[in-house]
Amino acid sequence: MESTAQLAIANMARPLGWFYLAVCAMNLLAAWRAGRTILLHKAGGKKGTGSVAQVDSATGETSSPRCLSPFFRLGWLRALAWLLLAAVFGLLAARSLMGSPPTVPEAIKILLDRVIGARSIWLGSLGLLLAVWLGRRWCVVPAVAWMALNASWLLLGASLTDPQFSALVLAPDSVPIVGMVYLLAFFLWLAMRQAVENDRREETLPPLQSQAPEKVLVWPDLVYIELICMILVTALLLLCARWFPTPLEQPANAALTPNPAKAPWYFVGLQELLVYADAWLVGVVVPCAIVLGLMAIPYLDFNPQKNGCYTIRRRRFATAAFLFGFLMLWVVPILIGTFVRGPNWSDFGPYEVRDAGRLATVHGATLSQWFWTGLLGRPLPQAGGAGWARLGQIVWRESASLAVLASYFLILPAVLGGTVLRTFRCRMGRGRYALMVVLLLLVVLLPLKMILRWSFDLSYLVSIPEWSLNL
Amino acid sequence: MSQPEPPARAQFWKSIVRHPAPRERRGRVAVMLGNFLLHLHPVAIPKQALRLQYTWCMGGIAAFLFLLETITGVLLMFYYRPTVEWAYRDMLDLRDVVSLSLLRDLHRWGAHAMVVTVVLHMVRVFLTGSYKSPREFNWVIGVLLLTLTLLLSFTGYLLPWDQKSIWPVTVASNMAGAAPLVGAEGPGHQWLDAGAARGLDPKTLLLGAPSVGEETLNRFYVLHCVAVPLLAGLLTAVHFWRVRKDGISRPL
Repeated sequence: MESTAQLAIANMARPLGWFYLAVCAMNLLAAWRAGRTILLHKAGGKKGTGSVAQVDSATGETSSPRCLSPFFRLGWLRALAWLLLAAVFGLLAARSLMGSPPTVPEAIKILLDRVIGARSIWLGSLGLLLAVWLGRRWCVVPAVAWMALNASWLLLGASLTDPQFSALVLAPDSVPIVGMVYLLAFFLWLAMRQAVENDRREETLPPLQSQAPEKVLVWPDLVYIELICMILVTALLLLCARWFPTPLEQPANAALTPNPAKAPWYFVGLQELLVYADAWLVGVVVPCAIVLGLMAIPYLDFNPQKNGCYTIRRRRFATAAFLFGFLMLWVVPILIGTFVRGPNWSDFGPYEVRDAGRLATVHGATLSQWFWTGLLGRPLPQAGGAGWARLGQIVWRESASLAVLASYFLILPAVLGGTVLRTFRCRMGRGRYALMVVLLLLVVLLPLKMILRWSFDLSYLVSIPEWSLNL
Repeated sequence: MSQPEPPARAQFWKSIVRHPAPRERRGRVAVMLGNFLLHLHPVAIPKQALRLQYTWCMGGIAAFLFLLETITGVLLMFYYRPTVEWAYRDMLDLRDVVSLSLLRDLHRWGAHAMVVTVVLHMVRVFLTGSYKSPREFNWVIGVLLLTLTLLLSFTGYLLPWDQKSIWPVTVASNMAGAAPLVGAEGPGHQWLDAGAARGLDPKTLLLGAPSVGEETLNRFYVLHCVAVPLLAGLLTAVHFWRVRKDGISRPL
C-alpha cells in the first residue's frame, strides 16, 4: 500500500512540476496585467467607481463594484498578490521537479472521503449554483474568479499525488469531463460577467454588444480568426492525443461484465439518475422530453426582448430554468456517476480504494406502502383476480399514489397558472402554457424523487410491478 | 486591334480562382462571393460577430471538428474491417504495425471535443437569447444536430470492439429496451407484446440482435461512417445557410 502511494508520487512528480510551472507563469501574466493597468491609469487608486462601471479601453476590464474591499479596487495590491501566488507555485514546481510534490494531508483526505457522496455532491452543487447566482456581482470580479481557479489548481495538483485520485481523474473517459468542467466554468463565468455588466448599464448605456454597429468585411477579419482558431484547436487536440493516448482494453467479451459497467460519459448522467427512477422514465421518456423540450424553447419563450446580448435581469426565469436543467440534471449527475460511483454503483470518496465489497443501497418503500401500512395500519391490498377485477384492485391499491401524481401533473399546473405563473398563462395561452408546465414539472420530478429517496427512503411514488410500471 | 493574349500562367490561375487577389476592397468582396468554401459567409458582418467574448467561436469550432473527424475517420476506414473477427485485430495493427495510433487518438479527442463544443455553442445561443425570432427553427435544427453528434459519438464507441466498447453500448442500449409499451422490458410490454420475439422493440432495432454482437457492429459501422454523417452534413448545411440568411443575433 505504502509502496503504491510512493510510486504514484514518483510518477506524478515531473508532470506536476510542469503543471505548477505553467500555473506560476499564468500568475506572473496576471500580475503583469494588473500592474499594467495601474501604469496606464497613473497612480494606483482610481477611486471613481460610480454607479456606472468604467470599461478600461486597453484591457476591456470593468472596474469592480463599489462595495468591494480595497483589494479589488487597487491594481497594485492585486499585482502583488498574484506575484506572491506565482512565487508559491514556483516553489511547488521546484519541489515537484525535485521529486517531492506537495500532497493532501491525510486528515483532509479522510474528511473528504467521508463527506463526498452522491447526495452531498448534488446538494452542494445546488448550493454553490445558488450562491453564485445570488452573489453574481462578486463572482464576476476577475480577481475573485482567479483566486477560485488558483485554489482549484492547487487542490487538483496536490490530489493527483494520491494513487486512487489520479487513477480516477486520469482515466481515459474522465479527462474530457475534467476538461469540460473547466471550460464550462470559464464560459459560464464569461457569460455571467457580460450579463451582470449589461444589467448594470441597462438604464444608462446600450448593451455591450451594440457598441459597434458598423460592419466589417469578412475577408480578412473573420476568415483570419477562423484560421487561427482552427490551428489552435488542432494544436490542442494534438497535445491531448499525445498526452492522453486512446486506450485499447481486452477484446470484447460478453461473458466478462466489468463492475461497474458505465455508459459513455455524456450518458453517465442518465445512468446516475437510474438510481432514483426506472429506465423507462430516465432512459426513454426524459431524453425524449429533453430533445422535444429543447426544440420547444423558442416557441415557449414569449419574451421577444433581449435577443443577442447576455442578460440575467430581463430573462431571470428562462436563464434559471435552463441552468438548473443543464447543470443539475446533466453535468452534475455526470460528475457523480463518473467520480463518485464505484463497483456496484455505490458511493466512494475520491481518495478511497474502490473495492467491490461495498454493496449498493437497498431499495426503500413505496408511497402505497406508506399509505396503507403506515397511515391506515392495514396490509397492502393484493391484486389477485383477473381481467377488470385485477385492474380495479391495482388501481385501489395505488389509489393514494395515483391521486398524488394526478394532483402533481393536473391540479398543480392549474394552481400555478392562477397564482405564481399567472402572467405566463395569460401571455402564452392555454396550449403553450400546458406544454411548458408539463416539461417543467417533468424536470422538477427527478430532483423531487432524489430528495424523497435521500430524506425518506421512498423509492417509488407509483409501483405496479404487474405492468413493470414504477414511477 | 485584337486583345493581347493573356500569358498561359495567368490563364491557368484565372481558370481556377475567379476573383482578383483580396488586397483591396473589391477583391475582398469578390473572394467571399466567388469562392465556394467561403461563400457560406456573408461579405460583411457586424463588428460584434468578431467579438470572441460574445460568440466564443464554438459553432465554428464544432463545424471544424466535424471536418477533422471526417478526414481522420476516412483515413481510419482504410485500416478497419467491421467484423467481430477483424475489428479488434485491426485496432492492434493500427497501433503496432501501421503506427498510426495518432490518427485514432486525434479522432477520439476530436469526438469528445465535438460533444463539448456543441454543448457550449448551445449554451451560448441560449444565454444570448439568439434562438428568438427569426431564428427559432435554426435552434430546432441545432437540437437535431446535438442529438446527431451524440449518436455519432455513441456509434463510434463500439467500433474498436474491446471491453470499453461493448459494455458502455450495452448499458446505454439497455435503456432503450425499457421504452413504454414497445420495449421488451418497459412498462406495459405485456399488452403489445411487440418485444424481442418480433424484433420490433427499440433495443433490438438499435442493436440488430437481442444483445450486442456481429449485427450490431455492422449496424453501428454503417450508422457511424455513412448514415449519420450524411444527415449531419446536410443539416449543418441548412444550419449555416440560415445563419447566413438571418445574420448573427444582435441586441434590439
